[in-house]
Amino acid sequence: MLELQHISFQVPDDGGSEKEIIRDVSLTVPDGRLIAVTGPNGGGKSTLAKLITGIEKPTEGRILLNGEDITPLGITERARLGIGFAFQQPVRFKGIRVFDLIRIASGKNISISDACDYLSSVGLCARDYVDREVNASLSGGELKRIEIATILARKPSLSVFDEPEAGIDLWSFQNLIEVFRHMRETIRESSILIISHQERILNIADEIVVLRDGALAESGAREEVLPSLIGTAAAVGECERLDPLKGAKKPC
Amino acid sequence: MLKLDEIQKRLLREVADLHEVPEGAYNIRSNSQSAGRKSTAHIEITPKTDVSGLDIRILPGTKNESVHIPVVMTQSGLKELVYNDFYIGEDSDVVIVAGCGIDNCGPQDSEHDGIHRFYVGKNARVKYVEKHYGSGNGKGKRILNPGTEVYQEEGSSVEMEMVQIKGVDDTVRTTTAQLKAGAKLVVRERLMTHGEQNAVSTYEVFLNGEGASADVVSRSVARDDSYQKFDAKIVGNAACHGHTECDSIIMDRGRILAVPGLEANSVDAALVHEAAIGKIAGDQIVKLMTLGLTEAEAEEQIINGFLR
Repeated sequence: MLELQHISFQVPDDGGSEKEIIRDVSLTVPDGRLIAVTGPNGGGKSTLAKLITGIEKPTEGRILLNGEDITPLGITERARLGIGFAFQQPVRFKGIRVFDLIRIASGKNISISDACDYLSSVGLCARDYVDREVNASLSGGELKRIEIATILARKPSLSVFDEPEAGIDLWSFQNLIEVFRHMRETIRESSILIISHQERILNIADEIVVLRDGALAESGAREEVLPSLIGTAAAVGECERLDPLKGAKKPC
Repeated sequence: MLKLDEIQKRLLREVADLHEVPEGAYNIRSNSQSAGRKSTAHIEITPKTDVSGLDIRILPGTKNESVHIPVVMTQSGLKELVYNDFYIGEDSDVVIVAGCGIDNCGPQDSEHDGIHRFYVGKNARVKYVEKHYGSGNGKGKRILNPGTEVYQEEGSSVEMEMVQIKGVDDTVRTTTAQLKAGAKLVVRERLMTHGEQNAVSTYEVFLNGEGASADVVSRSVARDDSYQKFDAKIVGNAACHGHTECDSIIMDRGRILAVPGLEANSVDAALVHEAAIGKIAGDQIVKLMTLGLTEAEAEEQIINGFLR
């Protein structure tokens, strides 16, 4: 279980004063639950993910994982305590193979066939990918799925996904929903936090949190929160967001 | 191999992946003397009479055979200059494994300068692997200055893998190649320098015949206070394709100089150069840290992958 207690985060702005990115956010992600965080762009969602994973440190407040105060801990220590993070824009590495990345994620000497199982779970034909380098030869959608496979291999007690739908094609998106649905069904002692604007992802969440201007605007059970979000920038259909050529409001 | 001690055997494992006597033809040079030599029906190795070194003659049509000529040095203060000439017959297909390991625990510099000349016959294919390695904590430097000259006949193909990852204090590598029509040269160089090491690598490749091609790619990492210079020049004298690439990671107080050089003397010469030097991207380290690695472990993984 993850608890955020009165988290604030400020950065110095150009004028020399402090700019508040996150303002007094308190949030609980209980075990066995899938929480979706949505809200307009620039509302602080990605920053919240970075604060949870230790990439950024809050200027105020505490973060507890399973009752332990992890606020002073760095990225590595938090990862070892069970926090997993799928980047919005997966990182490319020259020379590091897909297999290497999944092996590092799993934290042990897994076999090629184990790695293939994780790749198959995200809809990649494992044999074609396991030896490839995680470099610019992979498409955005492929990288995104490999990123998710590393989270499956890591088996974290809290998985944080930052806009998993960003940069992937429609077919991959259908597949992604299935991956999350499966994770959702199989988690027991673990929990998932997904940052997303996607109506279909919000639809599989237990709870929805709306972050606006760095503050918690709304939170509660999906059934209560989702109806008011439909049709706004916080919950859009996949076609509208996935194809930039079609514009944000145009249906497909 | 019987004459080799444990340190020499370790050096052999590092530079030639040799755990025992190799298959095929070989010559193992240890502290300036031959510790074992074998020719085969198709590959003849004979010592030179005028200077130190070997003549390696590979008969035309020799297929799927290998030659190992590793060098190990464990005496401090040894300095040697060796000429090895390879005559590779037409239509042959062979693997040549060279390499030099120096273990210097003494106060004086140890130096091996190896000049390798390759005369590659028509339509012959050669894969050449050369690894350099240094160890020992003596004050004496470990110095390696390899000179490689390649002469390729029509339709021949040479692939060179040059690796120097650890322990060599000072190296000046000079490689020149002359390619006739349809000949192909591929070079993959991997280099890591650390401490106060110096490494200079110079290539000069002449594409003289129609359809000749060269692809010279160096990946390197400069750590600590080390210095590297990569100077790759391709000269296109006919309708040909040339590509050279230097991709480097710089760390600590390391310094790298990349000197691109292209010279086209034919309107149909297509030559490309790429060079990039930069530190490890911060998001790469962060990503691996979110997978449970420390910052130092993340750096090692990134470098190991980069130099794979």
